[in-house]
Amino acid sequence: MKWGVVRFPGSLDDADALWALGQVMGQEARALWHKDEDLAGVQCVVLPGGFSYGDYLRCGAIARFSPIMKSVVRFANDGGLVIGICNGFQILCEAHLLPGALTRNRSLSFICERVNVRVENAATPFTCAARQGEVLRLPIKHGEGLYVAPAGELRAMEERGQVLLRYTDAAGRERDDANPNGSTRAIAGVANETFNVFGLMPHPEHAVEAALGGEDGRKIFRSIIMSVERTSAAKPGATSGGTSAGRSSSSSV
Amino acid sequence: MTATKTAETPVALAGEPAVGLEQARAHGLSEDEYRAVERWLGRTPTFTELGVFSVMWSEHCSYKSSRRHLRMLPNKGPRVVGGAGENAGALEVGDGWVAVFKIESHNHPSFVEPYQGAATGVGGILRDIFTMGARPVASMDSLKFGAFDHPRTRHLLGGVVGGIGGYGNCVGVPTVAGEVMFDAAFNGNILVNAFCLGLARRDELQSARAQGPGNPVMYVGSATGRDGIHGASLLASAEFDASSEAKRPTVQVGDPFTEKLLIEACLEAMRSGAIVAIQDMGAAGLTSSSSEMAARGGLGIELDLDRIPLREAGLTPYEILLSESQERMLLVAQRGREAELAAIFARWDLHAVVVGKITEDQRWRVRWRGALVADIPAGALADQAPVYDRPAREPSKAPPRISSRPATAPAPPPAEALRRLLDSPNVGSKRWVYRQYDSMVQSNTMAGPGGDAAVLRIKGTHRGLALKVDSNPRACALDPYVGAAACVVEAARNVACAGARPIGLTNCLNYGNPERPEIMWQFIRGVEGIRDAALALETPVVSGNVSFYNETEGRAIPPTPTIAMLGVLEDAGRRVTQFFKRPGDAIILLRTAAPALAASEYAALFGCGAGALAALDLKRERALIEGLVAAADLGLIGSAHDVAEGGLAVALAECCFNPDGVLGAEIDGMPGGSGAEVFFGEGASAVVLSAAAGELEKLRGLFGGIEFSVIGRVAGEPRLRVAKVIDEDVRELMQIHEQAIVRRLAANG
Repeated sequence: MKWGVVRFPGSLDDADALWALGQVMGQEARALWHKDEDLAGVQCVVLPGGFSYGDYLRCGAIARFSPIMKSVVRFANDGGLVIGICNGFQILCEAHLLPGALTRNRSLSFICERVNVRVENAATPFTCAARQGEVLRLPIKHGEGLYVAPAGELRAMEERGQVLLRYTDAAGRERDDANPNGSTRAIAGVANETFNVFGLMPHPEHAVEAALGGEDGRKIFRSIIMSVERTSAAKPGATSGGTSAGRSSSSSV
Repeated sequence: MTATKTAETPVALAGEPAVGLEQARAHGLSEDEYRAVERWLGRTPTFTELGVFSVMWSEHCSYKSSRRHLRMLPNKGPRVVGGAGENAGALEVGDGWVAVFKIESHNHPSFVEPYQGAATGVGGILRDIFTMGARPVASMDSLKFGAFDHPRTRHLLGGVVGGIGGYGNCVGVPTVAGEVMFDAAFNGNILVNAFCLGLARRDELQSARAQGPGNPVMYVGSATGRDGIHGASLLASAEFDASSEAKRPTVQVGDPFTEKLLIEACLEAMRSGAIVAIQDMGAAGLTSSSSEMAARGGLGIELDLDRIPLREAGLTPYEILLSESQERMLLVAQRGREAELAAIFARWDLHAVVVGKITEDQRWRVRWRGALVADIPAGALADQAPVYDRPAREPSKAPPRISSRPATAPAPPPAEALRRLLDSPNVGSKRWVYRQYDSMVQSNTMAGPGGDAAVLRIKGTHRGLALKVDSNPRACALDPYVGAAACVVEAARNVACAGARPIGLTNCLNYGNPERPEIMWQFIRGVEGIRDAALALETPVVSGNVSFYNETEGRAIPPTPTIAMLGVLEDAGRRVTQFFKRPGDAIILLRTAAPALAASEYAALFGCGAGALAALDLKRERALIEGLVAAADLGLIGSAHDVAEGGLAVALAECCFNPDGVLGAEIDGMPGGSGAEVFFGEGASAVVLSAAAGELEKLRGLFGGIEFSVIGRVAGEPRLRVAKVIDEDVRELMQIHEQAIVRRLAANG
């Protein structure tokens, strides 16, 4: 399938996402330049990690105003699949495509390490290749990954199954010392209400090769591929990545 | 502007101080140096010219005390491309790839302003690499702080680590390895040495040699401000004293976001073929980059300061020329292709402005508001600084042992000593430091921080690169020659433990005031040690940096040459890690000499048994390294770990700390007895291997002439048992090791 990885000034993991998708997973992946508005017919947009615009104002606060983001918002509102990783997650929150916000880690310092996340809802386009409750080992590397949202919003998100990934220990148990950044409810990744936009702090693109320490990140990308294939099969000739596979996700958490 | 010779002479500007010997001294020039400036010009320099000479002839820029000694370092070899002299050295690593790497100090700025000092140290070394046409692919740092409980250490540690992470993480270059040491000898002068490795295709390497009179000179990147003026001359080339705090304005401020744009834009612009020469504006900024590029090409240059992008109005020519504002590059373009280059930079939202041109007449000429403000032979600035053969004298009394307290209490039993060593910040885990660094970006890191050497793959090939930075100020304090040679050998051994063949090194030579004969002696002995070890291992010295004046109020740091070694793995899949893998594997100890407690962490902690360093047998060191490379290549070993701080007992414990599952070790007995030096000595080059019992005979054959002892076996039960002396739960030891730094920071509040 066709993937587009947006390149903002200050994007850092854009090349890694292109490598993981194109070279490792054999996908058709291309860079999308922030000054363009053309999404080039891609079926999934990836907002990569990094420090867009230096993150000097607030993480993701400037990137949301770039020309490409107009098209990304339109694409998402039309049901297109968008995944934001790390800084991409921050941009999606700033662009109001996802609820909540990401603030400084409770340690107040940058953290780079492999962590465990539990799949909380496996019935979405971003997680359907994993089992419900499966623990994935993925790296994080961020200074501002503490997820916050108003209490009422959080409750509603949990009820709707929008929390897709939660930090746990290797056995899948929630523990304070397994929550690396102090995120509310140990949230590591969330989807929007229509399950076509997903933001996560862990980096699946840095976990696609055993030689570099793990392959669990493939499950996220494979989920997207599976859901797009399913949608295309259902709607022959469809070019957009729009899918409703996640809507049925009332599975309990 | 005209390039023809003119009778015009630069004139003093309104409001400038008068120039004479006193003014020259205030700029750090000696009387002899000032007279030499007058001879070069045939007249009294203007204030602007005096400022320019003072930075270009500073120790930091001119290497005037070290240059004649650095010539003895071997810089030739079949893999060497170009060689030292431009911005960094380069080595062929196979399949058409060239590795460009260098290490550089940012000690004084980091002591005065730790966050920005360390951050701009990282930024500066990155520019040295990509200015060569290589994409920066990995960073390492060697850090030396004062005693952990010294009142300034916590602030400096947090600031330096924050600055390295803040810059490196934001610029997208992984920090893959490093070293951190705490010792009271650095209370008044910390060391921050930053290393960068870049990769380029052989035919993509860029030159910093101006060519083509008439070619335009373009300025790219951040605007010029008042920061960093005299960073090279007053901050880096003088000792510290009580007034050093007042030098904070000489520290630059970093902007990693602009640096990231510069990297991408410069690499793209280089591929266009429109760039003739390029150099970053590092120490001495616009002055050094312009005069050095011109001098290398045997040409001249004319700069028009009215075209320089300025951050604020009202900068004088003196300030513009001496500013060390960061994230700026100067390039010589092919005439007629300026617009093409400007368009590439504009795509990355960077300015590229024509600020001058290359001339034929070998003069470095600067205009401002229509007036000529400087007119100097380019070579006088770039490579005709005075060269000194400073007196060197071996100190008559034995050098003081650093941080080795007199024995006030009997040393604890081995098990207790092992726990205390694992709890030492010098031996304990540095995770608190390296988890603040992105070690994964760019998707090449096969082995990141926390092990012996880092290993990176080269995409599109089977090859891997191993890298490691090492220093040993305690050993160098005892013997500056043996200590320096041992650093080279240690770095090479670490790279070889990962299975890579060491192919070349870069060094950062941190010493005290070279005007003192005993410091000069330390320095020369250090260079000789590096020379001899580099020759023995056939690892050429491709680049380097000298940092003198590392002293505070007359107290010099111990001599600290820092060595960063690069190794190549033909097949990255054959890399080896330090951790035991399989219960039942034999544990082997390799040693080149008898162990001793000299310069050890044990001696520092328990204040006993120092003494002199044993001589190094470089032939045996080479044989050990060759054996390790062969063993990895043949797939005979499960693990290999260098015995370093804390000695053999600590190394054995570390081998058990496998993150994929903790293991144990049963050691039947230590060859050489059961004295503290056998358990905790660091003097000898020693390596702990593990291997299947069936491979032992083949393995032994690879290490002819080296002590090869099978000392025990890997155990599934996580206990470390050594003869009848140590019997410890590995998980407990791991916890102590893990908490060594963290618990101190928490306790410090």
